[in-house]
Amino acid sequence: MSIQDERERWDREVVQPVLAKQQERSGGDLQTSSGIPLERVFGPDNLDTGEGATAAGDATARDYMEKLGFPGEYPFTRGVQPTMYRGRHWTMRQYAGFGSATETNERFRYLLDAGQTGLSVAFDLPTQIGYDSDHSLCLGEVGKVGVAVDSLADMELLFNAIPLDQVSTSMTINAPAAILLAMYIVVAEKQGATRGALRGTIQNDILKEYIARGTFMFPPAPSMRLITNTFEFCTRELPKWNSISISGYHIREAGATAPQEVAFTLADAIAYVDAAVKAGLGVDAFAGRLSFFFSAGSDLLEEVAKFRAARRMWAAILRDRYGSRSAKSQAMRFHAQTSGAMLTAQQPDNNVVRVALHALAAVLGGAQSLHTNSRDEALSLPTEESVQIALRTQQIIALESGVANTVDPLGGSYAVEALTDEVERQAREYLAKIESDGGMVRAIENGFPQREIEDAAYRYQREIESKDRLVVGLNCHTRESSNACFDVMRHDPRVHDAQIERLKKVRAERDNAAVQRELNRLRQAANEDGADMMEPIIECVRQYGTLGEISQVLRDVFGEHRQHIGM
Amino acid sequence: MSQKNKIRILIAKPGLDGHDRGAKYVARALRDAGYEVIYTGIRQTPEAIVTIALQEDVQFVGLSLLSGAHNELFPRVVKLLREADAGDIVVFGGGIIPDYDIPGLKEAGVQAVFPPGTPISAVVEFIESCSVAGVSS
Amino acid sequence: MDTAGLAQGVLAGQVRSIARAISLVESGRAERDQLLDELRRRDDPPGEEQSIGAAVIGITGPPGAGKSTLISRLIMSVRETGEKVAVLAVDPSSPFTGGALLGDRIRMDLHGTDPGVFIRSMASRGGTGGISAAALETVQVLVSAGYGTIIVESVGVGQSEVGILTLADIVLVALTPGSGDEIQALKAGVMEIGDLYVVNKADYPQAEAMVASLNAALEETLRGGLAPLVLRTVATEGTGVAELYRAIGERLDQLHRTGELERRRQQRVIDALREMATDLFSRWISERLSADGDAVSRGIPFAAMRQELEQFLEQFTWRNHNGQRND
Repeated sequence: MSIQDERERWDREVVQPVLAKQQERSGGDLQTSSGIPLERVFGPDNLDTGEGATAAGDATARDYMEKLGFPGEYPFTRGVQPTMYRGRHWTMRQYAGFGSATETNERFRYLLDAGQTGLSVAFDLPTQIGYDSDHSLCLGEVGKVGVAVDSLADMELLFNAIPLDQVSTSMTINAPAAILLAMYIVVAEKQGATRGALRGTIQNDILKEYIARGTFMFPPAPSMRLITNTFEFCTRELPKWNSISISGYHIREAGATAPQEVAFTLADAIAYVDAAVKAGLGVDAFAGRLSFFFSAGSDLLEEVAKFRAARRMWAAILRDRYGSRSAKSQAMRFHAQTSGAMLTAQQPDNNVVRVALHALAAVLGGAQSLHTNSRDEALSLPTEESVQIALRTQQIIALESGVANTVDPLGGSYAVEALTDEVERQAREYLAKIESDGGMVRAIENGFPQREIEDAAYRYQREIESKDRLVVGLNCHTRESSNACFDVMRHDPRVHDAQIERLKKVRAERDNAAVQRELNRLRQAANEDGADMMEPIIECVRQYGTLGEISQVLRDVFGEHRQHIGM
Repeated sequence: MSQKNKIRILIAKPGLDGHDRGAKYVARALRDAGYEVIYTGIRQTPEAIVTIALQEDVQFVGLSLLSGAHNELFPRVVKLLREADAGDIVVFGGGIIPDYDIPGLKEAGVQAVFPPGTPISAVVEFIESCSVAGVSS
Repeated sequence: MDTAGLAQGVLAGQVRSIARAISLVESGRAERDQLLDELRRRDDPPGEEQSIGAAVIGITGPPGAGKSTLISRLIMSVRETGEKVAVLAVDPSSPFTGGALLGDRIRMDLHGTDPGVFIRSMASRGGTGGISAAALETVQVLVSAGYGTIIVESVGVGQSEVGILTLADIVLVALTPGSGDEIQALKAGVMEIGDLYVVNKADYPQAEAMVASLNAALEETLRGGLAPLVLRTVATEGTGVAELYRAIGERLDQLHRTGELERRRQQRVIDALREMATDLFSRWISERLSADGDAVSRGIPFAAMRQELEQFLEQFTWRNHNGQRND
């Protein structure tokens, strides 16, 4: 008898009598958060065994090696390093930044003292969109969602007394990524560090800004050129730097399902690799410095499956589509952040538990670095106490749970393997559609991923409203009481004025002729198709040209992008 | 044959914040509740929002913001509406708005603030109560 | 409602008055006729003048064709001449709830606060008595308010959305290569209405093939006595827009010279009247039939109904706007 036959027998003889007495729960909770139906119990007959299998569940050694293999080699489904966390735990990297550079510098040093192993900089929105703090569009935004950086002077304060050749720094910056990277390099050089010693990441992922996050500046074509420039520069000058962090996080947070998160992130990645290859870079020269960034949410099994599916797909794309021969290129390294959208403003202490689940999913899924959200992020900026609980959550998983002591502990679970296959199958369908419609840049221009995400987000929210999907404290087990059961962090209103004062001082004290000269050189480079813009930007920054001034030069040449929504 | 004016609502995103999942949801859900909804898209100035509100002859403006700039931007929209002799347009807000900021916003003329997790029925109830009270006629 | 005051505001170009006048026109309330009378009385009399007057440009095309971006660029072209421009964007409303999501302002917001630009969204089922009448009267309000160019945008997905273009002096169909638009365009009937066909996103690889197939499809077609033109634009970059704007002007001149423009303007009034009459009449019938449930359950007596209607129509009189009988 085959396993399939046995399953039918079991259903008939064992399950049905039980169901006759007690029905199963029905509705939304017997499927994953992305709507993938869940079997009563998964078995070997639920696995997609691929060609060559003689019967369901009869996986051959060849199938195993092609679909799962061993960690540290193709297809990396089980992990990108052979020893994973048995060698070294993931990098615990809390995203931080608010107010002034000086305040943020203090928070960084607090986190490093508390045992954090890498820095992650949050910039305010004016910085992310290339405006100086005194621009009229920045009303109320200066220093709010991150630190305000207008010029090299702010960057010097931000990394004061932090040796940049000894930490790894991740910067959440996209449209003006080249400018902030230039500032980082100049600060490091002033500290006496060499470029080759710098370790870190710039997010630099503009396509997901058009899709989901909104901090775009230029139209797609010149944006892709700037990104290709940073790839070339990092390949040449910053061998330990991740030139991009291709991000599914914001796509997921905007409401995408798990398969959509994987598909749209990989489609973005393909667009970047295509652009770099077209510009003449060899794929294995830069692909090893591409990193990824995913969300970790509450649906533990589906999330683990998602990370594993993404790794397997990326390895195949690199090998089969681009002919990569390098394991380093094929291995998808990723940062994870726990989901902000799944936290609730109601009963915020419950968020501590949610974040622990999210973090566990990221670790079981093999993340290289992790940010854990603070319980109060649905209310405001996190307090120091909340940030500490978030960091302790990671430390408890690393040191007490035991899940870090063997590689890919859920590998081979029928449920996880079946879900891994299903996420991959759905993601592949999206990739095929995007490919046939002319690639991701065009798909974004036509609003395709935006519409898909909006529809998924709308369905999700409707399910919550109708209670087909239950969220504790939000639409069940609610409680009449105020949200704020602890102090939340408040903004210091003086930050804005002080920031503008410093900006004025910088403009007054620098060599303005030198700034103009370097800005003009940048303008020339920008006007010349294919010319490098990184070195001219570094020289602008060195002369204390401001972020707004440099961005304006590029806006003049490239124009501005307008949002396209597909509603 | 006479027909009362349809209720028209502008959902707007002031400031630089690009998180529009909530705004889009509210826009679609209000459409499904039978209103005519105009959505501005992200990164609008208060001036542009007021111009759109006037041209579209809306009775309500809903502002959504997650970046923390609400204390500056929401009251500015109300002020500009009043200056344009359109103080009768009802302004409400949503997003990440800490409890302690709500009294100040109401003081400034924002008539309701809906925190994360608000069911859409609460927004509809608010709109209907204002309309019945004759605010929008 | 003080319709005289409202009319005064419209004529003075006050934004809030214009906006409220449009709402009034859409609402179908009785005062709308007073308002429109006020506006007609105060407008300069039509007289013998030879100029084209305000130009109404209709734009349609499937979603994703880049219509909004194209309109945004055309607005810039008009504004360079110093003239005021208005956009009337018609979006479909939900047949179930009557609600509508009017999102087309996106990408037009370059003109966010330019006082010379007026943008208004309208739901396709918003009006009583047909969208065409409401839209036509809205255009009338905008002309009275001094807008020399009025762009009417419609998503070419349904009959009422395409039908609205009959109120335009000239119709422009925007298409994008390589996304199956050609088939969609044929389905939506836009191949029958364009004076100008614009292949937007002309930098896409399949653009030339699309231009060729359009030219083939339009061969030997005449629209208002003239062969439709096929043009290329890349609206996101502004490429081809100046040429398009010039072509629109030239085509309008030609249509004016041949008398076609005048014919279209008369025809659109007839179309709108017909639509209004049909709409009002079918509502009236539906209401009566659903009120008279017994008759329906007994089976509809067609002959009796026909007789009753014929009698009614015989007694119906047609008056022109001076109150003279026209029969």
